Amino acid sequence: MQVVRLASEVDFAGWRRAARVLRAQGARPESLVWTVERELFDNAEPVTDAATTFVVPAAFMEMAQQVVLNRSLDRFALLYRILWRLEREPRLIENPADQDMARARDMAKAVSRAAHKMKAFVRFRRVEDAAKETYAAWFEPAHRVTEATAPFFARRFSNMNWTILTPDVCVAWNGQRLLVSEGADPADAPSEDAQEALWRTYYASIFNPARLNPRQMRQEMPKRYWRNLPEAALIPGLIEAAQDRAAAMVTTPPRPPSERALKAAQRHARDAPYNAGAPTTLDAVRAGVSVCRRCDLWREATQGVPGDGAPSAPLMFVGEQPGDQEDLAGSPLVGPAGQIFDRALAEVGVRREQTYVTNAVKHFKHELSGKRRLHKTPTQGEVSACRWWLDAERRLVRPTVIVMLGATAAFGVMGRPTPVRETRGRPLPLPDGVQGLVTFHPSYLLRLPDAAARENAYRSFVDDLRLAGRLAGLAATSP
Amino acid sequence: MAVLDLRRKLAILSDAAKYDASCASSGAVKRNSLNGKGVGSTEGMGICHAYAPDGRCISLLKILLTNFCIYDCAYCINRISSNTPRARFTVQEVVDLTLNFYKRNYIEGLFLSSGVIRSGDYTMEEMVRVAKSLRLEHDFRGYIHLKLIPEASPELAAEAGLYADRVSINIELPRDDSLKALAPEKDPTDIKRAMGRMRLAIDDHAEPGRKARRRAFARSQSTQLIVGADEAKDGDILSRSANLYGAYRLSRVYYSAFSPIPDASHRLPLVRPPLLREHRLYQADWLMRFYGFAQSEIVAAGQDLDLSVDPKTSWALRHRDRFPVDVQIADKETLLRIPGLGAKAVARVLVARRVTRLTLDDLKRVGAVVKRAKPFVVTADWRPGALTDRDDLKAVLSPAVQLSLF
Repeated sequence: MQVVRLASEVDFAGWRRAARVLRAQGARPESLVWTVERELFDNAEPVTDAATTFVVPAAFMEMAQQVVLNRSLDRFALLYRILWRLEREPRLIENPADQDMARARDMAKAVSRAAHKMKAFVRFRRVEDAAKETYAAWFEPAHRVTEATAPFFARRFSNMNWTILTPDVCVAWNGQRLLVSEGADPADAPSEDAQEALWRTYYASIFNPARLNPRQMRQEMPKRYWRNLPEAALIPGLIEAAQDRAAAMVTTPPRPPSERALKAAQRHARDAPYNAGAPTTLDAVRAGVSVCRRCDLWREATQGVPGDGAPSAPLMFVGEQPGDQEDLAGSPLVGPAGQIFDRALAEVGVRREQTYVTNAVKHFKHELSGKRRLHKTPTQGEVSACRWWLDAERRLVRPTVIVMLGATAAFGVMGRPTPVRETRGRPLPLPDGVQGLVTFHPSYLLRLPDAAARENAYRSFVDDLRLAGRLAGLAATSP
Repeated sequence: MAVLDLRRKLAILSDAAKYDASCASSGAVKRNSLNGKGVGSTEGMGICHAYAPDGRCISLLKILLTNFCIYDCAYCINRISSNTPRARFTVQEVVDLTLNFYKRNYIEGLFLSSGVIRSGDYTMEEMVRVAKSLRLEHDFRGYIHLKLIPEASPELAAEAGLYADRVSINIELPRDDSLKALAPEKDPTDIKRAMGRMRLAIDDHAEPGRKARRRAFARSQSTQLIVGADEAKDGDILSRSANLYGAYRLSRVYYSAFSPIPDASHRLPLVRPPLLREHRLYQADWLMRFYGFAQSEIVAAGQDLDLSVDPKTSWALRHRDRFPVDVQIADKETLLRIPGLGAKAVARVLVARRVTRLTLDDLKRVGAVVKRAKPFVVTADWRPGALTDRDDLKAVLSPAVQLSLF
């Protein structure tokens, strides 16, 4: 049996030095005793250095540094055993189900939990009469994580002076660097801080007695930490009163509404708007679309998207319905299809501000595929329900030409199914004397898989827009 | 009106804020105060600085700027018709409280909400002033979560985004028609529109190409749905959530069991909060976000979740033809659907099985709940045989005693 003595409880470097030599010498794990105790009759042979190095997986080194901070006594032995086994089973590190690996992982996890709880449960108290703003805390970590966690506090509280005192070791920050010293005593920390009364008030008030669940609380905030938490003294009282407080809320009969509520109700009755009929301005259309319940599409959509553009444009474009981007932004034809549309419009020399752009259906119809919203064609019923708004826009804008982008738009404007392929590209007189023109929807151009077909369709689309612009007196006359 | 001291105000305005379940302080951009004048850091992972006896995490100073409110939402303790005591913080008071608490390591930052006073814009402006003062005057680098007032102007919401790490708007009621009935002044379209604008702004600022010249901006938004205040079924609630995740890329939908409040409205049920139902909804939400389940697979609209078993077990019981699954060879998607196996356990199974033939003990060591998984898996040393198809399997898997959360 060989005794290996390390310099301190967290002497990772010492363990590594010794383990490197011992494994090279073939020292079996069960023949070693790892300790940091000093004995009177020290029979430990100093481990002599030999120029041997070998490689181990980086993941093991990372885990080992954590495991060393665990308070369990067998941590050095366990790590050596894994190191020993790694020589014979190089893929051990990849087996999270192995007993030694699982135990080491649990230890590392306990250490990282202790570090996390230290970040959470240290409570600083202001040191009175210090020249610069200075704080100190007494803390008892579950594992030896103080030094490893100190940089976190330095990054967070870099412009204060602070000290964290623990039984193992103390760390302090002076604004420039971290200083480490011997473990201390609770009496070395300040005994109070005036802010703690406010903190306790907050703790008691944020607690909802109707949801009492002390088991869950203890799981996350184990009792071992309570004596250094100023708020924890309140816990027994809060638990004891909770049942009665919750019961009182349930049994107390509702009281009459407050005075302020009655006054507000009267004000509301006086100022409420009267119920208006069909919209008579484009602003009324905007407002109306946003609260429209004429069909069910509003439920899953963000908002109704009304038309947008010149209030008396000679040229009106009617699309199908808002897409994902339009639904979020509240404006028509601004997504990918809108970009194609804008490009084509620019090619024929028409500025979008000179026109009025709207949709046959004002809410985004879609279905979810995972987290994505996929466009879904509106039904004839939905298009018909929405014609109320489209008709109002036509009446108010009074365009001379209406371009119908795709079959849904054509159905919305004409009121009957109108196949795009057969009708596109030629003027169709509408009953109110307006020139109609059917063309592709720009998103159809996006969907065509074949590049040549796409280019062809795009050219026809541009030709149609040019014709529309000419009919409306907007575009340059020659192609 | 009597002048309230700070402690009394804090008591009133934190009591008024506690019905908001959101507490996360994670997901902010990483920063610290080493190169600054002030205090604070965010390093990705959230930190819970304390736990109240209700088991909830206390991470942020969660308060209302004021609990005066012109609205009359029946479920809310701060509705105008409630007789609850009222208070209002000054901007400076909130700033000082936040810094004093932060420097003592009580909190990760501030969660500021407010009752609506005068107008949406006025209220939002006051809240933005708090965040602006913390960030610009005090170089505060901790976490800030701001509640958005849906009626406030888009410019104010955008300004809030400049100082906050997260913003949120609570929808509260899963069904728009109940919102109309119980919160008559709130407009579901206002809320959705504000969320839509915020998603576009967050996406826009996150675009990699703009990294160099972009200003810091909020990274995420969330919302809360109250469970049990209206008639909505779990299927309706989850379908609402699926829609919210899809449309606005919310980082979280919080579910809050409707809890009795002091001076409650007579229009709402005064019962103990449905905590178990809330728990099941969170499990179902997790299945949608991390386990590849579609909402319709978990529970149909108009239906409630089964409270006696978790939703994944419930799904497995309804699809026994797909089990047992051999953990040695099944693909990841299939493993994720095995009851008792969490995402972490699945990740470890995928690694471990390359070097070993997995046994039940191995499953236990990678973090699976073996008791629940057993009827649904095949391992090197275990086959469930007829167990998978037993009629009373559900009874075997249900906890013997109902969870006693109360």
